[in-house]
Amino acid sequence: MHTTGVTSPKGVWWKPAHRSEKVWFTIAFIWCMVLFAMMPLWHLRGGQNPSGIRARVDADAYRARVTQFIQDYQVGSENGIPVVAPPAGSDVYLLGQMWQWIPILQLEQGAEYTLHLSSVDVNHGFNLYPFNINFQVVPGYDYGLRVTPTEAGDYRIVCNEFCGVGHHLMVGKVVVQAPGTASATTTTPNAAGGDR
Amino acid sequence: MSAPTGTVERVAGVFRICPTTGLKVHKDADALIKANAVVATVALLIGGLAAILVLLTRWQAVHLLDAVSFYRVLTIHGMNMLIFFILFFEMAVLYFASAVLLNSRVAAPKVGWFAFGLMVIGTVLVEWMMMAGRADVLFTSYVPLRADPTFYLGVILFAVGALIVVGIFFGTLVVAKRERTYEGSVPLVTFGALTAAIIAVITLVHGAAIYIPTYLWSLGVLAQVDAQVYRLVWWGLGHSSQQINVAAMVSIWYLLGALTVGAVVVNEKISRTAFVLYIAFISMASAHHLLVDPGFGPSWKVVNTSYFMYMAVLASMLHGFTVPAGVELGMRLRGFTQGIFGWLRRAPWGDPGFSSLWLSLVVFGFVGGITGVTFGTEQINIIAHNTLRIPGHFHATVVSGTAMAFMGVTYYVIPLIFRKKVAFYGLARWQPYLFAGGMLVFSMAMTFAGTFGVPRRHWDITFAGAPFNVGYSPAVDLLMAVMGIGGLIAAVGGGMYILITVVSVFFGKPLGEDCTSAALAGSVPPGVYTRPFTELPTEDVELEEHGRLGMMPGTMILVLIFLAAFVVYYFANWKLLSFVWRVG
Repeated sequence: MHTTGVTSPKGVWWKPAHRSEKVWFTIAFIWCMVLFAMMPLWHLRGGQNPSGIRARVDADAYRARVTQFIQDYQVGSENGIPVVAPPAGSDVYLLGQMWQWIPILQLEQGAEYTLHLSSVDVNHGFNLYPFNINFQVVPGYDYGLRVTPTEAGDYRIVCNEFCGVGHHLMVGKVVVQAPGTASATTTTPNAAGGDR
Repeated sequence: MSAPTGTVERVAGVFRICPTTGLKVHKDADALIKANAVVATVALLIGGLAAILVLLTRWQAVHLLDAVSFYRVLTIHGMNMLIFFILFFEMAVLYFASAVLLNSRVAAPKVGWFAFGLMVIGTVLVEWMMMAGRADVLFTSYVPLRADPTFYLGVILFAVGALIVVGIFFGTLVVAKRERTYEGSVPLVTFGALTAAIIAVITLVHGAAIYIPTYLWSLGVLAQVDAQVYRLVWWGLGHSSQQINVAAMVSIWYLLGALTVGAVVVNEKISRTAFVLYIAFISMASAHHLLVDPGFGPSWKVVNTSYFMYMAVLASMLHGFTVPAGVELGMRLRGFTQGIFGWLRRAPWGDPGFSSLWLSLVVFGFVGGITGVTFGTEQINIIAHNTLRIPGHFHATVVSGTAMAFMGVTYYVIPLIFRKKVAFYGLARWQPYLFAGGMLVFSMAMTFAGTFGVPRRHWDITFAGAPFNVGYSPAVDLLMAVMGIGGLIAAVGGGMYILITVVSVFFGKPLGEDCTSAALAGSVPPGVYTRPFTELPTEDVELEEHGRLGMMPGTMILVLIFLAAFVVYYFANWKLLSFVWRVG
């Protein structure tokens, strides 16, 4: 006697599966193992992992670190936001707050940096445009990601975690220069609209 | 098929025997199902109106609302759809799957009404706070964004009410067993609802664990709630609640299969084991919201986000086979044996219950499922997190999956529980196609726009007034317009559903005593009078084996197409990931 979803099976219903079901179960199980294996494999072989160096950090301490970082390597300012050109291989600090990314970063193509992300107020979202790279920026936590900009260009950081009514205004900037072309920098006065 | 005629009998003044199904329906169950379903529909209406406003704002060419209103309306949309509509409907499902399917009384009907009251009060408080602009924190309410304490209190009251209903569901199972209202084991649909109820306990405990401290923090009693701990525990509520939906939706797939074409359960062991896998592994799923968060290390992420080696994905893939296989086998046993897809061609596509089942299954699997597992992969999440790819994914699961299944079953609940004819039945036959079709276009356009990095939950992607310009590809404008059109089509489908249910329930014609097809054809789904679920085929029917494809060849081909799509999409995303900056 067959059952439907609304009939009570009588007696023992633990019966051998149908052959088709066994075949599909086996295929699905193998596929799930592939899905699982890909993640550790990419840690070993792949170039993009969200591991990073992770630590708790107090908002004031992080702000102080960013201020120090700006003092050390500032080369100009744009729209009132400091432009910072840290040396290749160094620690780079980016601060998210309602509704700004501070500072503007000037990086060298092909060099590795440890990019620290944190917020001093609410959650923010780091989205690198036009490369679609996304990380969560959580207050109280320092996310230090080893990044290597692979292409020169003019990038934007778009906040993609809701952070209040000015969320859509929160756009930052990263400039990646080909090695050897790193200039003293462009110091643009705080002209309204900037490079719009 | 013989069409029964019957009269409504009253047994001991408590039960009435449903002339159509032969099920005894306890009057309390009846009333509780109706009350919960009605409030669910009201929430759907509010959430749906909010959806249209959100849609017309994100469609950049229209850009209807201002920033403050947008985030407020987005909060209203999320809470009404994901919490109030879905959970009130699920409360109705729990009463149905226990009391109705097991022919039992409800364990503690007065407590059920108390719980219903708590949930309604909680809902009203939350709606009031959101509409008054005192809770502009979106659905996730991530701290330290702060809402009015009354908002958190409302959520807590609602959750306590829901937890009580889950308790009554367990109680009803005990009562039914003790009073021997059924023979053998509980039906599969009840078993599925039981797994949904167990997951609901896990979910609601997470909800209490996060909303109580947050409430105290909003009152100033607690100094701080850690932002990362909040995200961790909150997703124990936020994602697990989606797993309640999955378990409830899959149960409804089995239910609709039985009601519309008399689908059989190919193997009780496989289907029930798959449900148990949900309980065992699904609660880890909250982790895939935290893949690019700073608080957790790689091994924690890999183990948890794969729901421990993807055992819950395996469960869904099993249901994705057994549900269509049950439909195929059920139809083949009834003589639809032509070729490989003869059963599918001759299926009742005009029955809104059947079309809902099939659309829900296909869109959930092909769009929602594949994108969900792919985006939920630790590294691929880097190119998906918080972009439009995410709402693209979950509208395919929770809207054209869960909500579509709930809508489909409503067309049967109206005659079977409310004892009314389905108003505008001609419209009802079209409703699933409009709703799921529109949602499919909407979800896919959103998902593609997200691959360009377009953020979710964002008022203005022209970034007017921002210090630096961001110029998305012109393709994004096109995709946002396609999203807008798909969303509007789905909104029309949603509006039709609300119109049909409200008119049927409050102003509909009673079903009457005559349950023949002559009396009912054209006013209720055909399964109501053909009753395929009451006539079980016997084991005597010989079925043809189609070589390696077996006795359910159509389903086998469909799932292999699904697997091929899955593999292609999954590895295409790894390829996309490999193009971005090196990061580690």
